[in-house]
Amino acid sequence: MSVIELQSVYGGYGDTEILHGVSLKVDPGEIVVVIGPNGAGKSTAMKSVFGLLSLTKGQVLLDGEDITNTPPEKVVRKGVCYVPQTENIFPSLTVEENLEMGAYVREDDFKPRLNEIYELFPPLAEKRKQSAGTLSGGQRQMVAMGKALMLEPRILLLDEPTAGLSPKFRGEIFSIVKKINSIGTPILMVEQNAKQALSIADHGYVLVDGQNKFFGSGQDLLDDPEVAEMFLGGGKAVPEASV
Amino acid sequence: MDALYGYMLYGISLATMGGIYAVLTLGLNVQWGFAGLFNAGIAGFFGIGAYTTAILTTSATHRHIGGFEMPYIVGFLAAMLICGVIAYLVGKVCLRLRSDYLAIATIGIAEIFRLILKNETWATNGPRGVSEIPKPFEHWPEPWNQFGFLLLVLVVVAIVYVLVEVARKSPWGRVMTAIRENEPSAKAAGKNVENFRMEGFVIGCMIMALAGALMAHYLKFVDPNATDPLLATFLVWVMLIVGGSANNKGAILGAFLMWVVWSATEIVTSRLPDELAIRAAYIRIFLIGLMLQIFLQKFPQGILPEKRPDVAKSNGNAETKMAD
Amino acid sequence: MADFINFYFIPGLLLGSIYALGAIGITMTFVILRFANFAHGESMTLGVYFAWSLVQITGWHPLVVMPIAMILTVLYALSIDRLFYKPLRNAPVVMLVVASFGLMLMTRSVIQFFWGVQLKSVLPGIQKPILVMDYLRISPKHMMIMASALVLMFAVHYLLTYTKIGKAMRAMSDSPELAKLTGIDTEKVVVATWVVGAALACAAGVFLAIDTHVETRMGFKLLLPMFAAAILGGVGRPYGALVGGLIIGLAEEISSYPFIGTEPLLNPGYKAGVAFAIMIGILIWRPSGLFKGKVF
Repeated sequence: MSVIELQSVYGGYGDTEILHGVSLKVDPGEIVVVIGPNGAGKSTAMKSVFGLLSLTKGQVLLDGEDITNTPPEKVVRKGVCYVPQTENIFPSLTVEENLEMGAYVREDDFKPRLNEIYELFPPLAEKRKQSAGTLSGGQRQMVAMGKALMLEPRILLLDEPTAGLSPKFRGEIFSIVKKINSIGTPILMVEQNAKQALSIADHGYVLVDGQNKFFGSGQDLLDDPEVAEMFLGGGKAVPEASV
Repeated sequence: MDALYGYMLYGISLATMGGIYAVLTLGLNVQWGFAGLFNAGIAGFFGIGAYTTAILTTSATHRHIGGFEMPYIVGFLAAMLICGVIAYLVGKVCLRLRSDYLAIATIGIAEIFRLILKNETWATNGPRGVSEIPKPFEHWPEPWNQFGFLLLVLVVVAIVYVLVEVARKSPWGRVMTAIRENEPSAKAAGKNVENFRMEGFVIGCMIMALAGALMAHYLKFVDPNATDPLLATFLVWVMLIVGGSANNKGAILGAFLMWVVWSATEIVTSRLPDELAIRAAYIRIFLIGLMLQIFLQKFPQGILPEKRPDVAKSNGNAETKMAD
Repeated sequence: MADFINFYFIPGLLLGSIYALGAIGITMTFVILRFANFAHGESMTLGVYFAWSLVQITGWHPLVVMPIAMILTVLYALSIDRLFYKPLRNAPVVMLVVASFGLMLMTRSVIQFFWGVQLKSVLPGIQKPILVMDYLRISPKHMMIMASALVLMFAVHYLLTYTKIGKAMRAMSDSPELAKLTGIDTEKVVVATWVVGAALACAAGVFLAIDTHVETRMGFKLLLPMFAAAILGGVGRPYGALVGGLIIGLAEEISSYPFIGTEPLLNPGYKAGVAFAIMIGILIWRPSGLFKGKVF
């Protein structure tokens, strides 16, 4: 059974529908990457898992359980953790306090998990008493992911974790993602840096205009000439909003 | 016969006060209804308007500065001008921030103005206030003098109404609605949101100053109580929310309606024995406040809901950019 | 110099601590519930009247009955939240500001209805100041107020740094959206915000009442300085509110010290204007305040 499965979902914000029947799934132990041009609904599809927008049709299943339109605070308690693209840490809290907040819904002792996170991200251990807002971009991403991992989630959702990072940090983040995955956490990730992301992915989806366009293993998509052309060409732009 | 005559005079005073409040409420509607701005210091602008005209139009006296015996029209225009300038300065500081800051700053302006009234007695005659303010038509025989003033107020209400109604339906008004509905998309369309807000705020404050000036001439007297947040700020808010924000007819309806309710309850409470009458006055404020809360929660549209001037067309595809 | 300390600095510190405690509630409500709470001053007034009544009933010292008054004020704040703010939580925030403005006058009218408008006193009698080091004159009641204020400030510090709910409050003031995504129980944080804000408002009011007297407009008079303190410290920064409150209090008192000649630098009648001037200045030059608060 898939950890997460979107079954032909429709929905958006207010009256504006953005997803027109998107389907995707993440199987246990997988890294699944969603790519596509700007405005394709990639992040929106991910947010729909987390109950951040209302779906009008279709279903979201978590290990077979219907969690369609469950509000975010309840989805977290079911063990789904979401790392937004921006504003994903509490800047005025220390690194350690950020991680503690990640464990907010845990009733048991989270200390052992805290140590595991510090082993996974050694730079954070050094700066545990420093306020997270003072860290570098890459380290902030580590805090954001570490915070999400405090729950030992059933699945981790990452929204463009490398956005705004330098190429050096980008590589670092991708290797961290792989590392997190290797210790057993399935990952659903939306990415702009399609090439690097697909190279670590088990499967990839290409969304265009709120619909599935391509699906395949990471390598297959990388080799697909049409996909390659789309991303080399930059994809088609969405008309700017006007008043 | 005498009783009937008394009722008639009472009716005229009710209508006159209702009309002055209608001007105030229309001013607030430009700020809140059109631009979504919270002005918590209506009383300040109202008071500044009242004092400006009072000082300019009274005859010479040693009790306060001024006494220039200027014509009414100069008093009105100066009141509006001064409030416009103050509003511009406040707006300059606060309008780039969210509405709360403007609310705090406007209530601050009202309080500072009250301090000036209290401390600068040489200029304002302190708590004793400015009296012997001339009143248009006051030399006409009773009741025609009262009628005359009522007519003046109603003409001002009509002029202000027509002007703000034209503004609401104009492209300017449509942009205002678009900003209030969806600021990011208005910005994306290249509208200078801050400028539009500034215009709404300044115009609103000028209208409030005009109402203050009318009140000063009507009562022939103004004292620091003019800046009382209860009568000059709170009541105006209740009027607009009850009447219907963003609807100019609603603003006028709310003003007259709530002034009648307010005055009628005063008649009831004033008949109670002394001790009770004082306490009942507080219940009155409480009930009016409760009415505001009920409208906010259950009927946020007010009695006359907003009528949209074709916003849909200009605003339709605005949300698409939310995706991703 | 002794005059400066006795009549300007110490009163400034005293007033500053009162502003500081009041401003914590303002700043936390501003950032966690996302609105400027105009009724906060009235929570303070109500708390003072609770304390006054308790003093009348028990005959105890106001500081002894203060904890009970704080609890009553908290209950008031929580029921107000339930009845008037919660229904508007999904409406545009400015509706909450309007609602709080209405509640300001409603609460005051209730106070005036039950307790009347005459001046009252929670601590009758005049106390002789104690002479310290020959020239420092501090009255016992001022020492009591300062000591209690310090205790409360440390309590707030402990709550925010060492308890789970306190950390969650800070997290939510950083980002309410992320707090929700993280699974923080935001309704619980909202409740905690009201509890802390109302309790401290009550305490600040009681301190002011011990120093001066009890009247129905006392909370409203503090509203502007408390907003100024919150903005000066940085919206959403409780430590900023503490510092901001102290600065505003000191500035208000010291502004009327005769630095030049024998005339007060600023007519004491304009003390309240000092807070406003500082607030406008900070909004112009540094809207995020001293401690990098939120700017909406």
